[in-house]
Amino acid sequence: MEKGPMINYDKNIGDIPREHLVRLYKQMLRIRKVQVRIEEEYPKDEMKTPVHLCKGQEAIPAGMCAHLDKEDYLLSNYRGHGHYLAKGGDLKSLIAELYGRETGCSRGRGGSMHLIDNSVGLLGSSSIVAGGIPIATGAALGSLLQGNKRVTMVLFGDGAVDEGVLYESINFAMLKRLPVIYVCENNLYAVCSHRSNRQPSKDIYERFDGFGISRYKADGNNVVDVYCVGRRAVEDARRGKGPSFIEFCTYRWCGHSGGGTDIELGYRTQEELDAWMERCPLKNFELFLLDRQVISGSDITCFNQAFDKEIDEAFEFARNSPFPDEAEVSKYLYSDGE
Amino acid sequence: MANRSKISFDWDKKSIEKEEPGFDHSGKSEARNIPYTQAIYETLEQILAIDSRVFIMGQGVDDPSGMFGATLNLHKKYGSQRIFDTPLSEDALTGVAVGAALVGMRPIYMHNRPDFLLLAMDQIVNHASKWRYMFGGRSNVPIVIWAVIGRGWGSGAQHSQALQGLFMHVPGLKLVMPSTPYDAKGLLVSSVLDDDPVVFIEHRWAFKHTGYVPDKLYAIPFGKGVIRKEGGDVTIVGASYMVIEALRAAEELRTRGIEAEVIDLRTLNPLDEDIILTSLKKTGRLIIVDTGWKTAGVTAEIAAMVSEKGLNFLKKPVKRIAAPDIPTPSGYVLERKFYPGVREVVNAAVELAE
Repeated sequence: MEKGPMINYDKNIGDIPREHLVRLYKQMLRIRKVQVRIEEEYPKDEMKTPVHLCKGQEAIPAGMCAHLDKEDYLLSNYRGHGHYLAKGGDLKSLIAELYGRETGCSRGRGGSMHLIDNSVGLLGSSSIVAGGIPIATGAALGSLLQGNKRVTMVLFGDGAVDEGVLYESINFAMLKRLPVIYVCENNLYAVCSHRSNRQPSKDIYERFDGFGISRYKADGNNVVDVYCVGRRAVEDARRGKGPSFIEFCTYRWCGHSGGGTDIELGYRTQEELDAWMERCPLKNFELFLLDRQVISGSDITCFNQAFDKEIDEAFEFARNSPFPDEAEVSKYLYSDGE
Repeated sequence: MANRSKISFDWDKKSIEKEEPGFDHSGKSEARNIPYTQAIYETLEQILAIDSRVFIMGQGVDDPSGMFGATLNLHKKYGSQRIFDTPLSEDALTGVAVGAALVGMRPIYMHNRPDFLLLAMDQIVNHASKWRYMFGGRSNVPIVIWAVIGRGWGSGAQHSQALQGLFMHVPGLKLVMPSTPYDAKGLLVSSVLDDDPVVFIEHRWAFKHTGYVPDKLYAIPFGKGVIRKEGGDVTIVGASYMVIEALRAAEELRTRGIEAEVIDLRTLNPLDEDIILTSLKKTGRLIIVDTGWKTAGVTAEIAAMVSEKGLNFLKKPVKRIAAPDIPTPSGYVLERKFYPGVREVVNAAVELAE
């Protein structure tokens, strides 16, 4: 028998309907399984693109995107597979993009770091740290000028907090009271650099006191906490109360890029990783839901089988998809060049 | 999206460039002549009136001078939501323009000096220019980044830079440099209508001119240069203010029996290669003029293009008239020495004609 949950889900669970809890679990499970499969397949060197996996960080996209409609906007970054899936992006298009195929979400021009699905409001992802933050701010300005109720969310890591453009963006968002939510996935590392080598502050969210922005810090491994903070921020944005900044504390199980843990590189320890793996956002929530009889063991088996099948099909689709025609290497540069 | 019913997307795209009866008509004809800055103002005002996707941002666009008059009091007519002053955050605000464009708006981001674009190079080069390509054509970034070269009267090293060479280097951007009020209006219309990011560089000394400008909206196509003066002895090619210098040089050359053909490129990306090569075929002699630095700049690019595609037409080596590879000095005497112009063009043409 595994240990009981070490994350307290009761504190905030309140009135979250059971079906929402199941949906959150399934979302995290799906993201995890996709990441695990990519990690397994990656050494075959058929995906010739640097992948940045989000194992251990699944609760954040699951909990936050649960409040976004298809029409709402999301800007992501190079560690964006989970964001893409949680916003409703198509799994086959994701995997095909990793395989550099014409059927990929970016037609094989973007790779793992440049995912898009306008049909579900995912406006794109940037591999320049913090690069998507002002763009999200501009999407929110667009909503304001158009008078619609769309909310924009942007996800970034703690590395982006080093970049000046974050502060420029928040200043402008507060000035115009834009419906935008800045979500920092603080996983402690920027490539191999620990946050303590880069930032003097204990907490990230406290930095924004002076801007007057609503700011929060929550456990990024506790999907219920993520869900509750996210709900508040989205409601505020939707009601014209302006932007929010949220710091979620979490941890990157994989190395910066590719599979494996990077432990052998020596910039972090196995003990640190083990401690965070104990706080697994998926396993702990699974045990909690089982304990509360929200789901059963056979439900879990059923979910796993369904996702396995879906993932199998996505990889098969990707491998069987055509590569882009090399004669079209210049296509898509200009709108009038096609 | 809201307000779509009020939007007219089908404004006149028709080119009427042949209606421009000449270059500078100040006081010389009965055509409708207006100052250069007035042409820009009029264009913005007319576009704002018919297309609610368009908004204007920039530091000082609503200040008492209204960006040299180009945006004067537009905020009073169209509201501070659509014409707004910005924090001094060029990188973020360029990203803001990109994001707004991604969701259906048509931002015009105006800068009173191009030097500040260097602060926004991440968003211009890493994001705006690449967004369409790296997402396989799923998105467009229809933004206009407008800036004015601040030449003259001691503007100095950081307030008078001609950075078109940098932007010409970047795939995914379009690069516009008008020289006449007529072109300023028609090219600005094309820039706002264009689905790609456009860098629109003005020259403050071109602002001094008055010229023929139709009162209605019209568009001048990108990548189509125009012959400002015909001649069979030497081709002088350039854009923006250097076209004015070239035309003055051509007048002097005529007194010396040399007929120069002066080509105004109007846009540097796309570049009208045909108009250069066709003229070169006729004259066999080429002078390339530019306000930017010489090394790896606009003149270098055009010279390289000619060596690839038109070497056989050349009777003499190409001459390049560009800024020396130093920052702009501020002191009056040094500044005068720094800027090439009529004298350099004339000397080059005379050498070629020998």
